[in-house]
Amino acid sequence: MEKMLNIKINNIPCSVPYGTKIIDAARMVGIEIPTLCYLKEMNEIGACRFCVVEVVGARSLVAACVFPIERDGTEIFTNSEKVRKSRRTTLELILSTHERKCLTCVRSGNCELQRLCKEYNVVEDDKYDGSKPVYELDYSAAHMVRDNNKCILCRRCVAACDNQGISVIGANARGIDTHIASPFELPLGSTSCISCGQCIVNCPVGAIYEKDDTEKVFSAISDPTKHVVVQAAPAVRATLGECFDMPIGTDVTGKMFAALRRLGFDKVFDTNFAADLTIMEEATELLDRVKNGGVLPMITSCSPGWIKYCEHYYPTELDHLSSCKSPMQMQGAIIKSYYAEKNGIDPKDIVSVAIMPCTAKKFECGRADEAGAGYPDIDYVLTTRELGRMIDAAGIKFAYLPDEDCDAPLGQGTGAAVIFGATGGVMEAALRTAAEVITGKSLDNPEFHDVRGMEGVKEAKYDLDGTEIKVAIASGTKNAKVLMDKVKDGTADYTFIEIMGCPGGCINGGGQPVQPASVRNTVDLKALRAKALYENDANRPQRKSHENEDVKTVYAEYLGEPNSHKAHELLHTSYVARPMFDR
Amino acid sequence: MLKKISTIPFKDTAEQAAKLDAVIAECTPDVSKLMHVMQEAQGIYGYLPFEVQQKIADGMKVPLEKVYGVATFYAQFALSPKGQYAISVCLGTACYVKGAQEILDELSAQLGIGAEECTADGRFSLTACRCIGACGLAPVMTVNDDVYGKITAADVAGILAKYKD
Repeated sequence: MEKMLNIKINNIPCSVPYGTKIIDAARMVGIEIPTLCYLKEMNEIGACRFCVVEVVGARSLVAACVFPIERDGTEIFTNSEKVRKSRRTTLELILSTHERKCLTCVRSGNCELQRLCKEYNVVEDDKYDGSKPVYELDYSAAHMVRDNNKCILCRRCVAACDNQGISVIGANARGIDTHIASPFELPLGSTSCISCGQCIVNCPVGAIYEKDDTEKVFSAISDPTKHVVVQAAPAVRATLGECFDMPIGTDVTGKMFAALRRLGFDKVFDTNFAADLTIMEEATELLDRVKNGGVLPMITSCSPGWIKYCEHYYPTELDHLSSCKSPMQMQGAIIKSYYAEKNGIDPKDIVSVAIMPCTAKKFECGRADEAGAGYPDIDYVLTTRELGRMIDAAGIKFAYLPDEDCDAPLGQGTGAAVIFGATGGVMEAALRTAAEVITGKSLDNPEFHDVRGMEGVKEAKYDLDGTEIKVAIASGTKNAKVLMDKVKDGTADYTFIEIMGCPGGCINGGGQPVQPASVRNTVDLKALRAKALYENDANRPQRKSHENEDVKTVYAEYLGEPNSHKAHELLHTSYVARPMFDR
Repeated sequence: MLKKISTIPFKDTAEQAAKLDAVIAECTPDVSKLMHVMQEAQGIYGYLPFEVQQKIADGMKVPLEKVYGVATFYAQFALSPKGQYAISVCLGTACYVKGAQEILDELSAQLGIGAEECTADGRFSLTACRCIGACGLAPVMTVNDDVYGKITAADVAGILAKYKD
């Protein structure tokens, strides 16, 4: 049994295992020690000194995030005068080099530094006046902006990037010149950054943010000559409520459609439709590869962060990728072809907007070979956060909206589509269809629990009436590496692999609402959000992609068969090897 | 001070490449030897250009950014090559009070480069160094192994002329 220590925190007696960090011990007695740089298991560097506490007998204040309790009878004070004074001074020093343009900052109201300044009664934001380096903003990446003038050097973005196995940003130079940037000060857009946006959702301040397209979308909506169509990804409905202070994991599907309609979009569609379409195309491609000796394992291609990762880091393995476009791009291609023709609208007058949990989607919509109908499949990608801001700007009281449905004919989606937003979801959706196609029998229970859950790498084996299918799933590109190294050396004996660029899948995407470290460190954000999707799936009448009536209609009226010539033209794409650094 | 990144094309010889390969092979996969490898690499090439840092990163399986982060943290690592004639101006206390800064500024103006940089033709590089122990000759500058003492800014042009053959 592990050794227990009897200690006191703020005079409250408690018993903790030997080696427990003060921050975790304090939580056991109901005290949340404030932090800035600390991210549990990701960034435990004790650098910002904000979490300092008083340990009786210690020479100085200690950082609660890294200080282990090793002595029986340890007495800790987390909120003494000395502690509060030290924390206030830390804030004042951070502010001395922080560009304090809070009024125009995208994180105003959702900034961890701002909140702490308020909590600690910082009354002078310019108490210390010293050297203040000025940095040019980096607009080079397709999806985001880096503003080092607002950076507080907590290194949470660096930890997030390392956690993805990317590491294209780090702390360069030293002392007052220390800044977060790429090797040889290359612009981010010239590196192997995969646009996942995990740095954005981990930044405590406004130093990193997505490129905002909300004004362009508002303008398109106001233009009477434009037919503005919107689609929303599966994972957005599980998180949009967080922008309006709803509990994490609230499914707001109905309110989301209502809000989009009230924003003035001409048609409100659901990416779920194209997720089901993706399963039809991808499953057909997989069965074809299996039958005809194609390249296996085949790997999913829904996640543009993952695709960019593969292009930079495994350029020799691109033929493993399914040629299917992502659901977003498929939906866009169908909107500007089938939908346009059916409704007599010139596709050049259509503005196609996608609400995504993802920043890499902003990169994806500008890729080559993503214009099935001769026009870009997607014109603007907005993150969940941007949609939240548009709803606020339009004065829409989200919490009071009625539940509404999306529009026909590209609105229907099955439960299989909804779960695309969580790691393992695409695999499960594919298995539901593959099982029925291969066995010719209807599944009694469409749930495949082996492929669910938040583990980074998962494996499962299924026997479908004699056909053995071995699958693997990875989320987060660091975990993808585990599988890709096997694919590269030929030891990956899987039929099908699902990879999502972000840890946990789209529900934890880089375009999702920012939750402060205080939440990230204490709540299983990914599992809570995923739960909303699995419940949504369980409550749907149809839970298998091949049962989607809208998808059947599109094949019958327009595409013919899955993987037909027309389907290939509209719904499939190609990939390119990309260099690690573009000098 | 931020280090200036050289734009002078990297030159490599088979002998230099083999030496660096050997050092990397000897130290991989112990990433705690990264600094050692970087010091050896600087010994081989005189500085740590992109190509060398990339080779170290790939060889030791660490991200390039980690190598670059170390290279820019420590003053001892250079991102610019040494010139055919490496000029050092002593900025130790004695030289400094005798006007070494003016000499450095004059050299900088005449060569068109800052401290810790190299001219585009690779002929001259400029370094501001710590005390070289020749305080009696202050202010002092050296060009490779030649020492020039008790100089003024006005002497700079004449000294440079000797190396412009």
